[in-house]
Amino acid sequence: MTSYWNAFRVIFLRDIILASRYRAELANPLIFFIMVIVLFPFAFGSDPDLLRRVTAGMIWITALLASSLSLEGIFRSDYADGSAEQMVLSGYPLTLLVAAKIAAHWCLTGLPLIIIAMLTAYLLSLPTQALQALFLTLFLGTPVLSLIGAIAVALTVGLRSGGMLLSLIILPLYMPILIFSMLAVENAMADIPFDAELYFLSGMLVLSVTLAPIATAYSLRIRMS
Amino acid sequence: MSIQEFFHMGGYGFYVWSSYGLTAIVLIFNVIQSLSLQRKTLRELKNRLRRLREK
Amino acid sequence: MLKQFHQLVSPKYFYNLAVLLTPWFAWLTILLMIAGLYGGLVFAPADYQQGESFRIIYVHVPSAWMSLFIYVVMAVAGGVGLIWHIKIADVVAKSCAPIGASFTFLALATGSLWGKPMWGTWWVWDARLTSELILLFLYLGYMALQSAFDDRRVAARASAILALVGLVNIPIIHYSVEWWSTLHQGATVSKMDAPSIHIDMLIPLLIMALAFKAYFVTIVLLRSRTEILEYECNSSWVSKLLNKVESRT
Repeated sequence: MTSYWNAFRVIFLRDIILASRYRAELANPLIFFIMVIVLFPFAFGSDPDLLRRVTAGMIWITALLASSLSLEGIFRSDYADGSAEQMVLSGYPLTLLVAAKIAAHWCLTGLPLIIIAMLTAYLLSLPTQALQALFLTLFLGTPVLSLIGAIAVALTVGLRSGGMLLSLIILPLYMPILIFSMLAVENAMADIPFDAELYFLSGMLVLSVTLAPIATAYSLRIRMS
Repeated sequence: MSIQEFFHMGGYGFYVWSSYGLTAIVLIFNVIQSLSLQRKTLRELKNRLRRLREK
Repeated sequence: MLKQFHQLVSPKYFYNLAVLLTPWFAWLTILLMIAGLYGGLVFAPADYQQGESFRIIYVHVPSAWMSLFIYVVMAVAGGVGLIWHIKIADVVAKSCAPIGASFTFLALATGSLWGKPMWGTWWVWDARLTSELILLFLYLGYMALQSAFDDRRVAARASAILALVGLVNIPIIHYSVEWWSTLHQGATVSKMDAPSIHIDMLIPLLIMALAFKAYFVTIVLLRSRTEILEYECNSSWVSKLLNKVESRT
């Protein structure tokens, strides 16, 4: 029985390697993100001052949708080929293994999303002082998206209506993240200190880091039964 | 509070009565739906029982 | 003691109890409704500011209270069913969802009907109305998940998890919407809390709240009777019951 840390590392690296074999699939959420962002100027017209006000909202909503679309990948392949059952039956606490999978998912989709979002912020003329706020909110917010999303994915993996049901369940739970991130960026644009919103976001991050893996493990066991 | 005044509700009659009417509709609809669900389930279970007995 | 508890919690005992209690609660609901409506519509004095349109409070506020109350009952029942594997708790949780969703919808509809005369628009992004709207999405998500599974037990346990996660999120959602609406609207939108409520206005409100609770219990008893029959369709007491019902009709 290797130590828990090794188990975490094994599952984490396994997911990273598995995902990097299909680089195309890795890029899907990013291409989706850029495409949706590019759609907005066509819809709203391209004059910078209108775009400036709406950019952060566009980026955040698209990041939300991109991450909820890519969530399916956490458990789908494992559920199909039975390795999820192996994980449930393994001696290691399922919470640990699930946490490793969520961390891997965040590194594969969350981080690249943040980088792409910062680049597109220039594309849509976001004022520079808001960039820092956008980065911080994305950095604190996207892990929460993966964590809460993992609970819903563990419940709905393999179901016929899985995809649509997943977003119907998750979006109400994502609203506080969206609200506080948008407020933070707005305050940053108006040069008002926005650390209150950042405290809320980090509070939510801590809450979901502690509780979400446990709930995900429990949901996975229920889904398996 | 004559009847006519009662329904007029100081000019807000439309809003007051449509919200009360909507509440009545939704609540009654819930009752009817629950009762019909019960009748349907009972009928299904009886047929299932009869089929099992015939086998 | 445990034996009595298990006997008390067995579906058969609960079914007979439900059959016994439903008519009583039904009559209680009707009585309370009549008292509440009479009190609210006729007896209570008109509001000095809003005039008669304030009477919508007797339908709007109780259904708003009920929508949150039912969600908590649903989550707790789901949790009990999840931890102690009590079938009745799952059954009650499942039967709560439709009524909770209808009360939330009612709270939204009557809220906007009340908003029209008072603020001139059908929908205002007021903190309370917005949290009510999100609560409606939580209910719809719960019901969608409940019906997504074929196996009844897995459905009950999965939706119990969702209800508990939702319950943890409700205060977060409420405060973030509150924070959001005060920053965006500020003081322009008059707070829609009940005006310093006069005792004559308060009593009908409490009666209506009780009436809605009695109504909720009646419907839950009614729906859980059906659910239990489906749950236990192959057990002996159900077939005996069905024969009895069949011989009567």
